[in-house]
Amino acid sequence: MRPVRTAFAGALLGTLVLAGCGQTGGTPATPSPAASSAPAPASSQAPAAAGFPVTIEAGNGQVTIAKKPERIVSLSATHTESLFAIGAGPQVVAVDDRSNFPPEAPRTDLSGFKPNVEAIVAKKPDLVVLSDDLDKVVAELGKVGVPVLLEPAAKTLDEAYEEIAELGAATGNKAKADEVVAGMRTAMDKLAAEAPKDKKLTYYHELDQTPYAATSQTFIGQVYALFGLTNIADKAPEAAGGYPKLSAEFVAQADPDLIFLADVKCCKQSKETLAERPGWAKLSAIADDRVVELDDDLASRWGPRIVQLAETVGAAVAKAGAS
Amino acid sequence: MTRQAGPSRARPLWVAGALGVLALSMIAGLLGGAADMSPWQVVLQAADWLPFVHADSGLTPVEQGLLYELRLPRVLVAAVVGGLLAMAGAGYQGVFRNPLADPYLLGAAAGAGLAATFAIVALPATAASIPVAAFAGAVGGVLLAYTLGNTAGRSGGTATLVLAGVAVTSFLTAIQTFVQQFKVEELQRIYSWILGDVGGGWDQFFLVLPYAVAAAGLLLLHGRMLDVLSVGDEEAVSLGVPAARVRLVVLLAASLATAAAVAVSGLIGFVGIVVPHVVRRLAGGSYRIVLPLSMIGGAAFLVLADLVARTVLAPAELPIGVVTMFVGAPFFVGVLRMTRRTGT
Repeated sequence: MRPVRTAFAGALLGTLVLAGCGQTGGTPATPSPAASSAPAPASSQAPAAAGFPVTIEAGNGQVTIAKKPERIVSLSATHTESLFAIGAGPQVVAVDDRSNFPPEAPRTDLSGFKPNVEAIVAKKPDLVVLSDDLDKVVAELGKVGVPVLLEPAAKTLDEAYEEIAELGAATGNKAKADEVVAGMRTAMDKLAAEAPKDKKLTYYHELDQTPYAATSQTFIGQVYALFGLTNIADKAPEAAGGYPKLSAEFVAQADPDLIFLADVKCCKQSKETLAERPGWAKLSAIADDRVVELDDDLASRWGPRIVQLAETVGAAVAKAGAS
Repeated sequence: MTRQAGPSRARPLWVAGALGVLALSMIAGLLGGAADMSPWQVVLQAADWLPFVHADSGLTPVEQGLLYELRLPRVLVAAVVGGLLAMAGAGYQGVFRNPLADPYLLGAAAGAGLAATFAIVALPATAASIPVAAFAGAVGGVLLAYTLGNTAGRSGGTATLVLAGVAVTSFLTAIQTFVQQFKVEELQRIYSWILGDVGGGWDQFFLVLPYAVAAAGLLLLHGRMLDVLSVGDEEAVSLGVPAARVRLVVLLAASLATAAAVAVSGLIGFVGIVVPHVVRRLAGGSYRIVLPLSMIGGAAFLVLADLVARTVLAPAELPIGVVTMFVGAPFFVGVLRMTRRTGT
């Protein structure tokens, strides 16, 4: 009887690991064939733009793209945002079910979590962009001759900029992509420079009410670090990973100056629900109105909109620093 | 919780000893945790809660709050859940005459897992939706297995019932996995729930308490009956014990205990199988002593397991199910080997 339950937990763990953070590397480079098997789009546009063929150093090795892609499929909400920001929007024919931004993105029922190769190929893509190689999707697509660009979730700001630039090169929008990245860099630097760093403010970033937090090692933690904030979750040992499940009593005792909620949409959390949690009602962040309800999507996608996320953080830090 | 007076003269001693262990583990549970407070301050604060005692612990209001609102109810919930699971395990083992029966044998876990998954995926996230759904699902899973087992097999027989439990578990787990496919982004929450958590404050404690009292009372009253059953149905009937009815009552009470435990804490494995066995080793196999001691021992075991879960990686926490399985799995293998050797 016992094995039934253990196997059940094991199976869940397996799926969870798959659905969780993207695995990087490990996939052999798949040299894409010069000509994709997809029929050429019947577009009356000029022949392929200059700059092709182009070779990109992606997560799945060196990917060579023969000519400007006109039928892009994106299986990552982050990359969908980047593609539209750099002007590749018109070349995108389908995006996955989680890509809810920008609104005009051609959302389909394709899944980035459970990628279905046949459904992807049915869209006749000449480039597939994804952030996780789940269920060997990169190799499978390689077999049918579709060029794939694996750009795993960025671990640092610089990586995020790099990925946007690579998407620009891969889609023939290099100039616009470089412009977007330069704009992001300027905006982020300006925000960081304006932050009042003498206050030594502490913060807690919540991913769900379990409560899972993020340490400074994570991408989002690095964004907060730009503002000179101290993360209370950094006391968690390395073994707990970058996203430790914190003890509720530890958070209460640490009594952070700022609380950022990234579980507003998913889990309906707010300043009010925090105050209802056992032992948290007297927290100073709640009393002083320093609970910041973030947009879940902005707080989990390392694309062009991280500037908006940083602006929200910056405003909260400025407000807390002034009081 | 009351306990029956019994003829065995060693019983009061055992129970007193076990209660002592439980008290010590609860004190340890109250002293240890991720928030940094000196044991002496905690002791003073605990004394201050007592009526007519005023002690100044020097703790800040936030610290007092977390001690009273987080740590104390957490220790109590761990004790109640551990007691329920261990008692339910002992009850199932008595009914099925199988030392390897556990509280989740009859589909309670799969039913609760499916219902909780539904609640996480489909219902608005209120504090009560998951426990209520899990409770209903656990009861539903057991009823389904029981109905199937009774229609397919001899009424009152247990072999078919176990098989029905396996079938129901597989079937419900399949549906749960199917539901998860639609909401992959909720996997993390579903998984956290399955690995168990005894946090949640006084609400959880008062939610589980009435069921705990009812189930414990019913089970403790049937200890002697289970002893008679263990020698065989025919002997039991000749002694005037209605075997089928006793089995049904114990099954109901154990399932109620399981459902209540699952509702507030998720699926915590191995407590229901480990604790009754330790008790049998120490105090013999009479259910009149196995049931009360399992209850107390299970409570102490889970309080300590939770203390480990809260402190090993502090300020991060391990899911409590990881700790119980870590102890439980090697133990389970040991039990398997022992039972093979003695041929029971």
